[in-house]
Amino acid sequence: MDEPLLIMEVDRISKEFGGVRALDSVSFSVYERQILALIGPNGAGKTTLLNIVAGTLPAGNGQVRFRGKRLNGRPTHDRVRMGIARTFQQAHIFDKMTVLENVMVGCHLRGQCGLLHAALRLPALRREEEDVYLDAMRFLNLVGLGTKADQQAGSLPFGQQRLLAMSRALASNPTVLLLDEPAAGLNRMEKNDLAELVRRIQQMGVTIVLVEHDMELVMRLADWVVVLNHGQRLAQGTPEQVRRDPAVVAAYLGTERD
Amino acid sequence: MSIRSVSKSWTRSNLIGLLVFIAFIGTLPLWVRTPYALSNMVLIGIYSLVTIGLCLLMGYAGQISLGQAAFFGLGAYGSGILTVHFGWSPWIALLIAAVITAVIAYFIGIPMFRLRSHYLAMGTLAFGAIVTIVMNEWKVYTGGPTGLPGIPRFTLGAIPIKSDIAYYYLAWGTVIIGLIIALNLVRSRFGRALRAIHDSEPAAQSLGVDVDRYKLITLVISSIYASVAGSLYAHYIIFISPNAFDFSVSVRLVLMVAVGGLASIWGAPFGTAVVILLTMALREIVPLLTRYGSGEHQIIAYGLLLVVIMIFMPDGLTVALVRAWRRLLNSETLRRRLSAYRRRP
Repeated sequence: MDEPLLIMEVDRISKEFGGVRALDSVSFSVYERQILALIGPNGAGKTTLLNIVAGTLPAGNGQVRFRGKRLNGRPTHDRVRMGIARTFQQAHIFDKMTVLENVMVGCHLRGQCGLLHAALRLPALRREEEDVYLDAMRFLNLVGLGTKADQQAGSLPFGQQRLLAMSRALASNPTVLLLDEPAAGLNRMEKNDLAELVRRIQQMGVTIVLVEHDMELVMRLADWVVVLNHGQRLAQGTPEQVRRDPAVVAAYLGTERD
Repeated sequence: MSIRSVSKSWTRSNLIGLLVFIAFIGTLPLWVRTPYALSNMVLIGIYSLVTIGLCLLMGYAGQISLGQAAFFGLGAYGSGILTVHFGWSPWIALLIAAVITAVIAYFIGIPMFRLRSHYLAMGTLAFGAIVTIVMNEWKVYTGGPTGLPGIPRFTLGAIPIKSDIAYYYLAWGTVIIGLIIALNLVRSRFGRALRAIHDSEPAAQSLGVDVDRYKLITLVISSIYASVAGSLYAHYIIFISPNAFDFSVSVRLVLMVAVGGLASIWGAPFGTAVVILLTMALREIVPLLTRYGSGEHQIIAYGLLLVVIMIFMPDGLTVALVRAWRRLLNSETLRRRLSAYRRRP
C-alpha cells in the first residue's frame, strides 16, 4: 500500500475559557481516508477541538493546517469551501424546510448562478437547479431518506434528523468530515446503521474525524484513536493500543489505590 | 416527484397566483371608482413594494428592521431633492435615489449585523431615528419639518403623468415586477440560504453559507424596494415631510408583513392591503360608535384587531386563509355536495 497522505495537522492547539485551560497544546495528524476518533471523558475538550478545526471557535494558540495551509483566521464558510464539513451534536436541522431542501443547502457552494440569474430565473439557473436537485437526491438516498424528500425536516424523528445532517454535510463535497457525537441518543439498531454509513462514507474517499462517547462504536470503526483528558493528549494509537494503555484505563476507570 | 416537478410545479402555483393577481389588479379600477378609494389603492401598491422587500429580510432571512421607513424616506427625499433642487428627471432621480439608498444600506448593514435579535431591532430603530433627524434639520435641502413641496410628477415624454389611474397602474406594475423578482429569488440558492440562516445560523455557516454577506445583500435588496417605493410616493403625492417616514411608519410596515404572514412573499401585499383597508374602515366606523370618535379611539380599535389576528393566526392571514380553504375542500359536506352535483344527468 502507498504511504498514507497527510491531510490535516492539529499543531499544539491551546484554548482558554476565562482562565480555564480547555485545551493544552494538543497535536495530532490526520491521514487521508482515515477514520480518526477523538475520545475522552466529559469535559476533556473534544468538542472544543472540533469547533476550532471547523472554525466555529478561534484557536488560542497553535495552528491547524489543512493540506499544508494554515486555517487560523479563516471563517467557517471558507473552510467548507476548502473541504472541511461538520455536523453538530444537536442536529441543527433547518426545521421549516423540506428534507430535500436541507440537502440542497448543502450543495450551496457548487452553485455558480448569481443574484441576477436568480432574480430573472434565467435558463442557466434552471439547469443548475435541476443538477442540484439530482445531487441532493443522491446524497439523500445515501443515508436512506430518499422517500422522505418532501417532508418537513422538523417532523423527522431525532435519529433521522442526524442522518439528514450527515447527508447535508456530505453534499458540500468534503475532503474531511467532522462528526460531533453522531451516535449520542441513538438506539442499538440505529448505531449499527450509523457505523455502516460511516464506513460507506470512508469508502467514498472522505476522511472522517469523529468525536464519540460510545467506546464499542469507536473500537469498531476507528483506524486511529486520540485520547484527550483535561485538555491534554493522553494517548494515541490504534484502537488495540489505546485500549491496553494503562493511562487511558486509569482516566476512564480511575486508578487503583495500593 | 421528478426533476421537472421541482423546477416547474412551484412555478405553476405561482404562475396561477400571479395571473389571478394581475387580472384582479387590472380590473379593480373598473369597479372601484371613488377618487378616495383609488388613491388608497395607489398607496397600498406603494407600501406593498416596501413590504415585499421587508418580507425578504424578515420572513426569509429572519432579520428584523424597525427602520425600513428610513429607506422608504431616503428614496422619497432622494427623488424630491434631485428633482426640486437640481431639476433632474423624476425617472433618473428614482434610479439614482435607489443606488444611493442601496449604498447607504450596505454601509449601515456592515456594523448593524454584528447585532442580533433585539439589539438588531434597536440598531435599526436608531438608524431610522437618525434619518428622521436629518430630514428635519437639513433644512436647505429637505425643507425641515414643514416638508418639501413642489415635487414634479413623472413624465411621459414631455407630458406629466397626473391621473390617479395612471399612478395606480404604475405602482401596481412595479409591485408585480417586484413580486416576480422576489418570488424568483426565494426559489433559488439565494432563497434557500436565507431560510437556512433563519432556521440555524451555525448550520448554514457549516454548509458554506457566508451568513453575514447574505444578510447584508438582503438588507440592500430590501432597501432598493423601499427606495423605489419612496420615489413613487414622492412623485405621486408631490409633497413629502419627515413624519411620513418616521418610527411609527416603520412599525406599521412590520405589522403589514406580520399580518400578511412571514412565510410567503404573497403575504406582503395582502397584509399591506388589510392594514390600510382596516385603517380606512376604522376611520369610518369609529365615529359612528362614539360621539367623540377621534384618532385615539381609532388606534385602540386598530391595536385590538391586530392583537386578535396575532393570537389566533400567528402565521398571518395568508396561511390562515389557505388552511381554511384546504379544510373546506376536505370537508365531508362539500364532498357530498360535489358528488351529488356530478351524479346529476
